[in-house]
Amino acid sequence: MASSSTGTSTPAGTATAMVQLTDVQKHFGSHHVLKDVSLTIAAREVVVVVGPSGSGKSTLCRCINRLETITSGTIAVDGVDLPAEGRALAKLRAEVGMVFQSFNLFAHRTILDNVTLAPITVLGRSRKDARAEGLALLERVGIADKADHFPAQLSGGQQQRAAIARALAMKPKVMLFDEPTSALDPEMVSEVLDVMTSLAGDGMTMVVVTHEMGFARRAADRVIFMDDGRIVEEDTPADFFDHASSPRAQAFLSKILPH
Amino acid sequence: MNIFVDSAGPLLEALGTTVMMAVIAGVAAIVLGTVVTAARISPIPVLRGLAFAYVQFFVNVPLLVLLILAVFALPDAGLLLPLTPTAIIVLALYEAAYVAEAIRSGVNTVGTGQIEASRALGFTLVQSLRLVVVPQALRAAVQPIGNVMIALTMNTALAAAVGVVELTSEANKLNLVEAQPILIFTVAGLIYMALALVIGLGAGRIEKRVAIKR
Ligand SMILES: Nc1ncnc2c1ncn2[C@@H]1O[C@H](COP(=O)(O)OP(=O)(O)O)[C@@H](O)[C@H]1O
Ligand SMILES: [Mg+2]
Repeated sequence: MASSSTGTSTPAGTATAMVQLTDVQKHFGSHHVLKDVSLTIAAREVVVVVGPSGSGKSTLCRCINRLETITSGTIAVDGVDLPAEGRALAKLRAEVGMVFQSFNLFAHRTILDNVTLAPITVLGRSRKDARAEGLALLERVGIADKADHFPAQLSGGQQQRAAIARALAMKPKVMLFDEPTSALDPEMVSEVLDVMTSLAGDGMTMVVVTHEMGFARRAADRVIFMDDGRIVEEDTPADFFDHASSPRAQAFLSKILPH
Repeated sequence: MNIFVDSAGPLLEALGTTVMMAVIAGVAAIVLGTVVTAARISPIPVLRGLAFAYVQFFVNVPLLVLLILAVFALPDAGLLLPLTPTAIIVLALYEAAYVAEAIRSGVNTVGTGQIEASRALGFTLVQSLRLVVVPQALRAAVQPIGNVMIALTMNTALAAAVGVVELTSEANKLNLVEAQPILIFTVAGLIYMALALVIGLGAGRIEKRVAIKR
């Protein structure tokens, strides 16, 4: 914990906390939405968050890059406490990639522009470099041929892959996924999950809110079960899905798992 | 038709004044209206309040009242400006409120999701306004802004009431000599219609050009 304010990462090989939440409380008005949430996510770790609707999963993600402010507690990313609003916060947000359920691509820009806009604007990359890297990323998520299309011309699965490429273009230390496949037609779910699985395989630190159990078993190191604003249970995917210990988790699983 | 040929010079000059007033006040109104909208959606309460008050004031006071006030009250306050610039400034201030309303309706078409995505990517508020919100809001606002520009062009006629020699006042002058009100004002009306048509067509073309591909 010493000299964590410098923000330099510790030597490779050490298991360092990439994301650390300590006693986080979050209220919306009088509504207590995150309760005593403490969570440590190691570098390169993939954490899947599950739980019933309204349990605070989205809020947890949004607090990690401070799209929402917390009432009390601390959240640190790569050893640096989340700064207040301002340039420092914008810089930190740039290090935390976020993928939304509804893609949220910039509708007036081409797919390639969507991917290069932030590197050019926020990181000050040259247009040429940003385009080369952007194209490589689009290649990686399998939509290089859509570079000059506009978002509305793509399928949902393609849009979500573009959104992943857009987040990756910032070379984030952590990627947050908030139900990335929930808005997709069933036949497009796997193309997005495949990209995410390959990302996990490459060692990206990931927090993924999803009910895709196949993905969790394949890619997750840990499953976190949230209920009513609390982390109720955490376990390896195999242990969680096969014998969750808390009754609430069991009740939840009986609803979402195929029988 | 002779009467128009004989006074073609002054009439054309007056038409030029009308067009000049519309163009300068129009451009200024669009710039100012954009600034007012930015203030209106900013996170700073004081700016939001000022912008709201601005729009409410100009939407709720008749233009003619503003023109008369500016022409008669400002010199009393020691502010001496020629008539035409005074009218242009009042027109610009007045129509900016309507431009602001048009752009704000455009802003509402930009989903909060995109704004949030830009914040998540590390954009500052100004960057996200400049690169994400404003370009899309302006696209959606092209047609409504076009309508404001048409209204502005029609409203230049009110400047005649405070002594600016533009198309309506020149037509009026001509009528005092020739006493052919129906003919003279029909022609003046047709000219205004032609101007409105040009603006409407222009807005339509711009809208097509900047439309987001779907
Ligand atoms: N902006 C907000 N204002 C007020 N309440 C909110 C807001 N966002 C979420 N909530 C409430 O917080 C709780 C947790 O929401 P959320 O994090 O979206 O849950 P989940 O993603 O697990 O479905 C819910 O009760 C929701 O109604
Ligand atoms: Mg949610």
